[in-house]
Amino acid sequence: MLKPHRKPLWYAAMVHRLSGLALSIFLPFHFLVLGLAIEGEAELDNFLKWTESPLVKFAEMGLVFLLTVHLLGGMRLLVLENFAWRDDQKTIATFAAGASVLAAFAFLFQVV
Amino acid sequence: MRPLRLYLVQRVTAAIMVPLVFLHLALILYAVQGGLSAQEILSRTQGSVFWGGIYGLFVLCASFHVSIGLTNILQEWTPLKRIAAANIAHTFAFVVMLLGFRAVYAVVF
Amino acid sequence: MTTIHKVSIWRGGADGSYAHYEVPARESQTVLDVVTYVQRHLDPTLTYRFACRVGMCGSCAMTVNGVPRWTCRTHVSKVTGGGELKIGPLSNMPIIKDLACDMTEFFEKWQKAQSRFVPTKTRKDPMERIRPDTPARVAANAGIECINCGVCYAACDTVAWNQDYLGPAALNRAWTLANDERDGGWAERLKAISEHGGCHSCRSHQSCEAHCPNQLNPASSIAGLKRLSTSAYLKGELK
Repeated sequence: MLKPHRKPLWYAAMVHRLSGLALSIFLPFHFLVLGLAIEGEAELDNFLKWTESPLVKFAEMGLVFLLTVHLLGGMRLLVLENFAWRDDQKTIATFAAGASVLAAFAFLFQVV
Repeated sequence: MRPLRLYLVQRVTAAIMVPLVFLHLALILYAVQGGLSAQEILSRTQGSVFWGGIYGLFVLCASFHVSIGLTNILQEWTPLKRIAAANIAHTFAFVVMLLGFRAVYAVVF
Repeated sequence: MTTIHKVSIWRGGADGSYAHYEVPARESQTVLDVVTYVQRHLDPTLTYRFACRVGMCGSCAMTVNGVPRWTCRTHVSKVTGGGELKIGPLSNMPIIKDLACDMTEFFEKWQKAQSRFVPTKTRKDPMERIRPDTPARVAANAGIECINCGVCYAACDTVAWNQDYLGPAALNRAWTLANDERDGGWAERLKAISEHGGCHSCRSHQSCEAHCPNQLNPASSIAGLKRLSTSAYLKGELK
C-alpha cells in the first residue's frame, strides 16, 4: 500500500536503527583486530599500517559518523522517554545530525 | 523475557554507555593524531586496571545493548518469530561479548 | 488553472489495482468531494465511508498521495500541486473493498489494551470534583479528543512491522486513563500495556503525532506510559 510521507523524526529514528545495525556488524571485526595484540605488538602494528590508506581512513570517518549519530539519536530517545515532552525535537535531531558530521570531519582532519 | 525488562536493560546500558562513547570518541580523535601505532595504544593500556575496567564495562554493556537492538530489528524486519529472533540475536551478541573481552585482555595483559 | 483532475482510486480488495478517473475541478474542492463525484457520476460501484463530512467523525480517513488523512478536510489543491491525486484505503488494515478497510483489529487491540474507563463510583455517590488544572488532568485532556479514526494506526510503522503492537490510539487512551483520577482499572491496564506489543514496542518514529488530524500526540502519551511502567516495575508493582 501507499506509504506515509517521511518526516524528519522518522528519518532520525531510521538513521538511529541503521547506524546501530552497522555498528553491531562492525564490532566483531573491531574486536578481532584489537585481539591481534595477543600475538604481540608487531601483529597489531602490521594491521594498523594497512589502515593508513586513504580509503580505510575514509571508512573510519564513516564509523565515527555512525557512532556519533547513534549516540546522539540514542540520547534523544533517553530524553524523550524519561523527561517531559519537547516540541523542538526536530531542531535537536537536525543539530545531532550536524554534530555527527562535524565529528566525522574532525576525525578526517586529524588523520590527514 | 518480559518486554519491560528488555526495554530497561537496553535503556540502562545505553545510559551507561553515553559517557563511555564520548570518552571513546575523544580518545580516538586524540590518538589518531600523527598516525596510529600499536606501541602508542599498548603503552597506555597494558597493565592498566583503569582501561581494562572501562573497556570491560563498555564491552559488557554493548553486548546486552546489541542483543536487544538486534532482536527488535530481526522481529520487525524479517519473518522470524520472536523466539527465533531472540536466539539469533543473543548468540551473535554473546560472540561479540567473548571477542570483546578477548580484545580487552589482548591490550591489557 | 486546472479544469480536470486526474484521479487514481484503489478498486477491489488486497489484490485490486488503481482505476483512473477524470473529475472536474471545482473551487475549494476536497478529496471527499472528488470521491463522491466519482461514485455519483462515473462509477456507482465505488465503495467508501463518510458521515459528517465536516471533520468531526473521522469516518472518511483514507490514504491520499501516500499520506493517511481525513478526506473531507483535505483540499485537493493542497495535496496535488496540479499533479495526480492518488487515493487508497488506510494502510495496516485489511481492505474490504475499494476505499473501505476492516477496522476490527484496530478496535480489538483497543480492548486488549484495556483502554476503557473503569468506574469506581455509582450514581448514588456525590459527584466527584475534578480540578481541570492539575498536571494529571491537563495531561489527560491533551489526549481525550481521540475519535478512533485510525489515521495514526495507519501511519505507524511499528503497527506494520509488529503484529502484536497495540497501536498509538489504544495506548494514547490508556495514558489518558492513567491520568484520570476517577478510573479504577489501572492495575490491569498497566499489565496489558506492558505485554509484548505494548508501549515498549514504540520506536518513537512519531508518525502518529505528525498525522493526527486532531493534533493529538500519542508518541508523547506512549513515552508517559513507558515512564509509568518503569516506575511501577522499580516499585515492585509490576513483575
